[in-house]
Amino acid sequence: MTEAIALLAGGDRETWWTVATSLRFSVFSTLFAILPGVPLGATLFLGRFKGKRVAVALVNAVMAVPTVVVGLFVYSFISRSGPLGALGLLYGPGGVILGQAVLAFPLVAAMSYTGLQKLDPRYSETLLTLGAGPWRRMTAIIKEGRYVIVQSVLAAFGRVTGEVGVSMMLGGNIRWYTRTMTTTIALDASKGEFERALSLGLVLLAIALAVNFLSHLAVRDDR
Amino acid sequence: MHLSTKRTAVRAAALCAALVLGATQAFALGGKETAPATRPTPANPRVRLATTTSTENSGLLSYILPFFTEDTGYTVDVVAVGTGAALKLGENADADVLLVHARAQEDAFMAAGHGADRRDVMYNDFIVIGPKSDPAGLKGSASSAVAFERIATVAAPFVSRGDKSGTHVKELDVWKAAKITPAGAWYKEAGQGMEQVIIMADGLQGYALADRGTWIAVKDKTSLAICYEGDAGLFNPYGVITVAPSKNPAINAEGAKAFSSWLTSARGQGLIASYKLGGQTLFFPNYKP
Repeated sequence: MTEAIALLAGGDRETWWTVATSLRFSVFSTLFAILPGVPLGATLFLGRFKGKRVAVALVNAVMAVPTVVVGLFVYSFISRSGPLGALGLLYGPGGVILGQAVLAFPLVAAMSYTGLQKLDPRYSETLLTLGAGPWRRMTAIIKEGRYVIVQSVLAAFGRVTGEVGVSMMLGGNIRWYTRTMTTTIALDASKGEFERALSLGLVLLAIALAVNFLSHLAVRDDR
Repeated sequence: MHLSTKRTAVRAAALCAALVLGATQAFALGGKETAPATRPTPANPRVRLATTTSTENSGLLSYILPFFTEDTGYTVDVVAVGTGAALKLGENADADVLLVHARAQEDAFMAAGHGADRRDVMYNDFIVIGPKSDPAGLKGSASSAVAFERIATVAAPFVSRGDKSGTHVKELDVWKAAKITPAGAWYKEAGQGMEQVIIMADGLQGYALADRGTWIAVKDKTSLAICYEGDAGLFNPYGVITVAPSKNPAINAEGAKAFSSWLTSARGQGLIASYKLGGQTLFFPNYKP
């Protein structure tokens, strides 16, 4: 434990590089998950269409798919012999970011949808009676529900920062390139070297705490 | 009041995201070092090497690759998996060059046209490790098959890689030679890398087949010992294979060739021989032009 803290406090270059790389991947993948995820969540919330229940159930079901399955699925697309192989994403930052975005996107959609339901129902009804078009309603509801949406975004960030399956399968755990906090922990633990694994575990714990703290702050009085 | 709290939270989250992005961007993109001006600059400077866990985790690659980068300007992206998975990555064109150790599979890979060139690089040997007390009495076995037979007879715990790695393939060959189909609670298929299997064998106080390089690298973390060694059948040769460039235009054929040539050059071979852990040589170069 002391060694783990010493690694962090001593500014061990590789340890901090790994932390930075992890966070960089997570920020981008969360961003790419929000872009389709939030509008989808809002559409599910506002929409009055056939099969809406099925769509909601589907988004919730996809949310539960294990990271390694997402990894395997995305691998088959971005392998050089797959349909998106020409993009050269596999075993690079792009592959990890894409995989994590695919992983987090249903989470953002489902949590946005659930969160928006906590809003005063009169708000969306008023929008409708005022004759707002679909686009207008969507942007208005996202604006009104920004606090719950921030919560879903934070949850997505927490999820991608802590996952290991996608990073390992699509990033390849390449040193100084795609090695993240979680893949380093997996590798070090497999070698029986627990000091750095533990120090990165502490960083992950701190991030999880910070994310949860912000998330609770965002919706503290929401009822 | 509560609205301002929420606003604070949202702003804090946004600020954190921006800070993280800015800081990590600067840091992560900075990479580990800046290249000296004298280093050659190849057109496509990243080579992807799929290799077995033993070359990566024994520390060999971390030792020799900086020299390769220094000499040629290529950065090697190491994807460390089992030999079976590495060959599969080659087959899918997801790696440019392979460093593996399962001769029969390597030959099949070449025969199927997946590889452009295969060269012997180095060798070490496999050993059977187990508890210091050696409960199955492996010491003095006439061959590796006899040693395995003794493990099966007393049903001593045995941890198998179970991952189609070169070590796993070798292990299955030995069982075959002993005319035993390993099964039962004593035979544990871990599906993990070499270190993990050694550490598991330590935890279970059981036996395992290991490559000597990885063993030397991790033995101090265990209470195990070498229980059987020296059979010619436990020879462990490594080969370097460049993936056929015709498979995919994205393959870095130049880089793969540079790596293969460098590894089999006097410089590469000398560096392999000079890599020692605890005063012991882990791999013996054996390229013959």
